[in-house]
Amino acid sequence: MNYTEGLENYHKKIAGVQADEMVLNMGPQHPSTHGVLRLELITDGEIVREVIPHMGYLHRCFEKHAELLTYQQTIPFTDRMDYLASMNNSHAFVMGVERMMGIADDIPKRVEYIRVLVCEMNRIASHLIAIGTYGIDIGAFTPFLWCFRDREHIMGMLEWASGSRLLYNYIWVGGLFYDLPVGFEERCLEFIEYFKPKMVELNQLLTDNQVFINRTANVGILPLDVAINYGCSGPMLRGSGLKYDLRRIDNYSAYPELNFDIPIGTGMMGAVGDCWDRYKVRVDEIEESLKIMEQCIHRLQKELKRTPEFDPRAKLPRKTIPKLQDFYIRAENPRGELGFYFIADGKSEIPFRVKARAPSFCNLSVLTEISKGVLIADLVAIVGSIDFMLGEVDR
Amino acid sequence: MIFEDIQNLLTTRFGADTILGQETNGLQNALLIAPEKIAQVCLELRDNPGTYFDFLSCLSGVDYGIAENRFGVVYHLASIPYHTQLTLKISKINDRTEELPSFPSVSSVYKTAEWHEREAYDLLGIFFENHPDLRRILLPDDWDGFPLRRDYVEAEEYKGIKIK
Repeated sequence: MNYTEGLENYHKKIAGVQADEMVLNMGPQHPSTHGVLRLELITDGEIVREVIPHMGYLHRCFEKHAELLTYQQTIPFTDRMDYLASMNNSHAFVMGVERMMGIADDIPKRVEYIRVLVCEMNRIASHLIAIGTYGIDIGAFTPFLWCFRDREHIMGMLEWASGSRLLYNYIWVGGLFYDLPVGFEERCLEFIEYFKPKMVELNQLLTDNQVFINRTANVGILPLDVAINYGCSGPMLRGSGLKYDLRRIDNYSAYPELNFDIPIGTGMMGAVGDCWDRYKVRVDEIEESLKIMEQCIHRLQKELKRTPEFDPRAKLPRKTIPKLQDFYIRAENPRGELGFYFIADGKSEIPFRVKARAPSFCNLSVLTEISKGVLIADLVAIVGSIDFMLGEVDR
Repeated sequence: MIFEDIQNLLTTRFGADTILGQETNGLQNALLIAPEKIAQVCLELRDNPGTYFDFLSCLSGVDYGIAENRFGVVYHLASIPYHTQLTLKISKINDRTEELPSFPSVSSVYKTAEWHEREAYDLLGIFFENHPDLRRILLPDDWDGFPLRRDYVEAEEYKGIKIK
């Protein structure tokens, strides 16, 4: 059997472009590819005939590492997958291990609420980057600075809680690295007070900006059936008009006790599922995350109050050896469904196999489909609206 | 539709030899499917109004170890309308010589499988028949060997550059 047929076909395609077509490399150093993604474009003038994504420039062998390290030791590696949402990554990983161990129901409520609180803070930080850099892609510089200014508050708070700014290693199997520092809840409330008017300003500056709308509405329309078939999830799927959020579907952690809405794309400025809808879903999700934060803090200050004898490491298993089984855990990351597929051999602390299902990886795969026949300038808008994270695509 | 109903549906639709077994010891039940029928099974599960497994969450290639010499692919399907999940597994014995373990591609059913299958080919050397564009995705095109295989030995040098 010929195993290299795919590669040969690819070489033939590149060699066989027509005289009026041109092969153009966008990336890996192009600023609008948000990292090290290389898009090979076959263009006809300004029209993109075909996009061939090449990735792997940031491949760090997460799955190979995970086969060599214990479950607890792998948590820092999950942080480095989607490095803008480290808390969410480790939350998903840790939940999977806890369910396999059968200790998921023993986790104290206070720990669950702290986890949700820091995850939602990280979600806001991640969406702020998505919005800010999307503005820059389109040519608006100010929102970027505003988003980074506000994100800095969250970075500072998470650094206060965990000791590092980006890669936290805060959520552990069975508990947390440490309880929240004294005064954290008050600081959170202060931040929410500060941040709410800033979101109004940001909406006035960018969301309702006519130039921005002209660049993004009716561009890169992703129909719902295509989105589902390509495995898109998160804001990509919700932007196409489907109310599907794993925080509600799977009801994991403390989410069933919390009250929040799931924003979806409505086609307010153009067609349902265009770039503006995807952008707007992220903006609305920030508001929802703020609501969740408020509810968490409320409970953490009242019935789940800090006590001197509370130990977030009390339930940490001495040896993390799950029974012989395989298990797939999925959770809602800022970018969509993050899944981990574990195979445990039942004997050692080291998993037999861990496969990470990265949301960005699947979201990015739809790019070839929705960017056929668009202008190169619109391709930048589409790429930005997918909001992928190359650390997660390449793992 | 519960697990037993799905089994019944598949055996009546494609014959008794479709399901080779089941795994119910863990938290998630899995069906072991005959490898050559996986694409039809996925198509039926996707389009049947009783199941509607329209979302392929994850596709993982697995090397089950040197002693067993068995390679497998695990499909995690999810149904958006019914909020259900299902695991399908296929596997094959392969002696790790020149010939790669080969399974039918499901990329005609779920487009998302296209990149997942490229990844499984890239890292584990699992070949997918009728895949539209099967080439390496994360590693360079000229990489030797398949790093996630259990018998993989790290190379001493890459293009004449010592890396150890």
